[in-house]
Amino acid sequence: MNTIVVAQLQRQFQDYMVSLYQQGYLDNQFTELRKLQDEGSPDFVAEVVSLFFDDCAKLINDMSISLERPDHVDFKQVDSGVHQLKGSSSSVGARRVKNVCIAFKECCDVQNREGCLRCLQQVDYEYKMLKTKLQDLFNLEQQILQAGGTIPQVDIN
Amino acid sequence: MVCEMETDQIEEMDVEVLSSMWPEDVGTEADKQFNVEKPAGDLDTLKEVTIEEKPTIADLTRLPDLLNSTHQGTSQLTNLVKQWEYMQDNAVRLLREELKILNRQREEAEAKELKIIEDYKFESNEPENVPVLDETSDLFRKFRQKKRDALVDSKRIEIDEEFDTVAYWKQKALSLEKMLEASTERERRLVEKLHESLKTMESHAAPVQELTQNLNRAEGFLHFILQNAPIVMGHQDKDLRYLFIYNKYPSLREQDILGKTDVEIFHGGGVKESEDFKREVLEKGKASKREITFTTDLFGSKTFLIYVEPVYNKAGEKIGINYMGMEVTDQVVKREKMAKLREDNAVRKAMESELNKTIHITEETMRAKEMLATMSHEIRSPLSGVVGMAEILSTTKLDKEQRQLLNVMISSGDLVLQLINDILDLSKVESGVMKLEATKFRPREVVKHVLQTAAASLKKSLTLEGNITDDVPIEVVGDVLRIRQILTNLISNAIKFTHDGHVGIKLQVISEPSFARDNALNADAEVDNGLTETSVWIRCDVYDTGIGIPENALPCLFKKYMQASADHARKYGGTGLGLAICKQLVELMGGQLTVTSRVNEGSTFTFILPYKVATSDDYSDDQDEFSDMTDHQSEPDDTTEGYFQFKPLLGSIYSNGGPVIGNGFLPHKVMLTTSPIKLINGFVADHSNNTGQSEMVQVENGGYVDETKLETSSGHCPESAHQYENGNGRCFSKESESCSSSQASSEGGTLEMESELTVSSQREEEKAETNLTEPSKPKILLVEDNKINIMVAKSMMKQLGHTMDIANNGVEAINAINRSSYDLVLMDVCMPVLDGLKATRLIRSYEESGNWNAAIEAGVDKEILENEQVCVRSTNRLPIIAMTANTLAESSEECYANGMDSFISKPVTLQKLRECLQQYLH
Repeated sequence: MNTIVVAQLQRQFQDYMVSLYQQGYLDNQFTELRKLQDEGSPDFVAEVVSLFFDDCAKLINDMSISLERPDHVDFKQVDSGVHQLKGSSSSVGARRVKNVCIAFKECCDVQNREGCLRCLQQVDYEYKMLKTKLQDLFNLEQQILQAGGTIPQVDIN
Repeated sequence: MVCEMETDQIEEMDVEVLSSMWPEDVGTEADKQFNVEKPAGDLDTLKEVTIEEKPTIADLTRLPDLLNSTHQGTSQLTNLVKQWEYMQDNAVRLLREELKILNRQREEAEAKELKIIEDYKFESNEPENVPVLDETSDLFRKFRQKKRDALVDSKRIEIDEEFDTVAYWKQKALSLEKMLEASTERERRLVEKLHESLKTMESHAAPVQELTQNLNRAEGFLHFILQNAPIVMGHQDKDLRYLFIYNKYPSLREQDILGKTDVEIFHGGGVKESEDFKREVLEKGKASKREITFTTDLFGSKTFLIYVEPVYNKAGEKIGINYMGMEVTDQVVKREKMAKLREDNAVRKAMESELNKTIHITEETMRAKEMLATMSHEIRSPLSGVVGMAEILSTTKLDKEQRQLLNVMISSGDLVLQLINDILDLSKVESGVMKLEATKFRPREVVKHVLQTAAASLKKSLTLEGNITDDVPIEVVGDVLRIRQILTNLISNAIKFTHDGHVGIKLQVISEPSFARDNALNADAEVDNGLTETSVWIRCDVYDTGIGIPENALPCLFKKYMQASADHARKYGGTGLGLAICKQLVELMGGQLTVTSRVNEGSTFTFILPYKVATSDDYSDDQDEFSDMTDHQSEPDDTTEGYFQFKPLLGSIYSNGGPVIGNGFLPHKVMLTTSPIKLINGFVADHSNNTGQSEMVQVENGGYVDETKLETSSGHCPESAHQYENGNGRCFSKESESCSSSQASSEGGTLEMESELTVSSQREEEKAETNLTEPSKPKILLVEDNKINIMVAKSMMKQLGHTMDIANNGVEAINAINRSSYDLVLMDVCMPVLDGLKATRLIRSYEESGNWNAAIEAGVDKEILENEQVCVRSTNRLPIIAMTANTLAESSEECYANGMDSFISKPVTLQKLRECLQQYLH
């Protein structure tokens, strides 16, 4: 009984994981992160990711404040925010966020406020999206562990 | 003047006489030309005019002969005769016409006379009383009428008197008498004129005189034309003896020329040729032209355009040639110059187009190379991921078959990685990006390490040996990385192609090789005298007892992608780039790589390189240097040991056949304990606490000493000592699992033995005991502002068995480096406060100058820097690895330009980090 549930959950987890890669939410760097997770640090991925999302919220907030006033945009500050965000997203393998950040940076370089705002919205949307997705993923993981199973290896490609 | 006289004559001439031969007004025009065009300075030539006969040298006795016997002569004479005849004809015709007129006039006069007589006869008769049937009268009437019409006009005899009176007749008689008188007078005049005409005819009738005149004219004209013409004309008989010659500037006298041949007259180049040419014309009977250059004593080197035509007599037999020459030396020179210019132009154009082509090809090649490099770089990252994951996979529990498959996968991946690295290396060397570094190193150590590394992964029963002669300096300056790369490459090649026997490296000092002496005359090559800054040439032989290389394969051995034969390529694998890279590297360093080999007996690869000998002053602080250099090595090296041997060891370690990673720092992997992170800037990653392990505090310099003491006192296995020291036994098994399978299968302690120096292990331990600065592990500093990046990198480092210090920006990094000694710095490029490039520059400046002045100038806190002068500093170059977000080439260029040693493109992966550590932590 329990093993069937575990198997189901495991398959679900695998499918979900694959779909996240296929839909471009994640890339190989996330795999790298998962490699770093071991008995020594069982929640490593979740920790890093939650740190990342906190970072996102804070940076996006800062940037939206910077971009608020149409005539007085501190692009330098926005740029540093985008840079941070890009580095972080690249580090955790949040592919979509990273891609938006690349576009964001370009807008920032040419001091295009409209473009920046658009990118900001997009980045906000993408990171929240990813956050929900990953929360689902971690929930699944928890369920598997609670059911006494092990987190399966996921073969991306 | 002759010419004037001539022209007068010509003008006087009747048109029809000479029009066929000479233009009517040529004289006057030529005269004008003559006057206008004669340059003022050329008055000398005017004088020439007077010597009309001089230029011609003719055999007078034979000239008439010639004229009579040749066609040319005949035709000219005929022409003249014809002209004369024509002229005579004309005169006769004119005379005849005149005669005719005179006759007619006479007839008329007679008729008139007759009429007058008649008139007298029929004085009384009526004029109407003319007998109608009388023919003569009829004729007379007609004639009279005609006559009246034609000659006497309408002059009527006007008689005022009455008809048939005496007076009337008297009057008539008188008038008739008058008319008769007039007629008689006319007749007399006509007769006079006739006589006159006859006289003039007589004067014209002298043909010889006429001919002479014409001839004179012709000759005069010829002179006029030819007097300034730079031509030589002549006639030569069948034997090519001159009979006639005309030369504008005669340099020889008559008797020197006439009756002689060219060969008899001249000597020098061209004479024979012209003679042959004349003879050829004579034989062929066809006029032709040729350019001949004469080089004679008489008039130097001159080119003549020569026209030669054969001359026939009336019977059609050749009797000689006419010859005309014109000097064209200047023209020929000009023409040759032009030709040369044109040729040069053509050559230049061809060269230009060739150059353009080359440039084009070069550009294409460069582009292709760039693309190859970029592609290789792009391929490397994902591939590293594949291989890395496979390696991690190999540490999990696998059955035998899975493991075998995985091993194949890893070795294939490694091969591709190697290939790509090779390509990148090659393109770096070729594009000149590869920069050589000058660092102090110990050749003995390098040789030992290379052999050690090779021995560790050795799967054959081979003896590896190193032999270094005593005269090789203990320390030399060179690019140790590259030299190590070359040695490793050659050794692995040797091992690959050797199945039993031994493989070794031999180092010896040699005198400066001839190729270097030719190249670098400025290089001061005083070998072996121990002076400061002298260079020494070291010959390094890498020999084996392997399969050898057939002679015919030797030439292409160092070519890219070439192996001795396709067979070998299949059997032994490999990229075929290794030797090409070695050769390029050696040449880049100013040396030479050669090979000698005998099939089935072995090969010897020899490279000769120049090294700077470290200055003798340096020996004083040698110990410090040494300790710093080796502070991350598991065992200290003997600085003077000249012989190493690694005997074959076939323990269980090889049975798995797994790849052996990072033998250079095996002990570090094993000794990793927890995640001891010293945070410099207050950022504390709390996840390490989750593991429940105690956090190790940053070990300061003093700490090293104690630790090492503990280590060394615990016996011959420092690693295990280290583990005990950290009090964490559990960690060992875990960490060894994360290392390669070969390590996992053996105990940490025995592992060292297997790849250990059999000769000097005992000595080294003694050394370790005495050398108290022996550290426990390499110190790494991560300079990164992004918390998440820090977290990830730290975690990866932990997995690789290292701990790291963290600095959040360049200033913190400088402070950290000032405070303690690091073996490696990972530096983010883009950071707030002070970015990675600037920070690196400042660190390099510190390494060079020994002070932080540059940093202080740049605004880094002075207090902090000055307060921290206590620690013992290494002046060794600190490896700084950039971490760049963009993998574009210019970014890496920038990194190198700012003094960084290498770069890792972000995001950082386990594999990239591993490679980096492998390269920079020895």
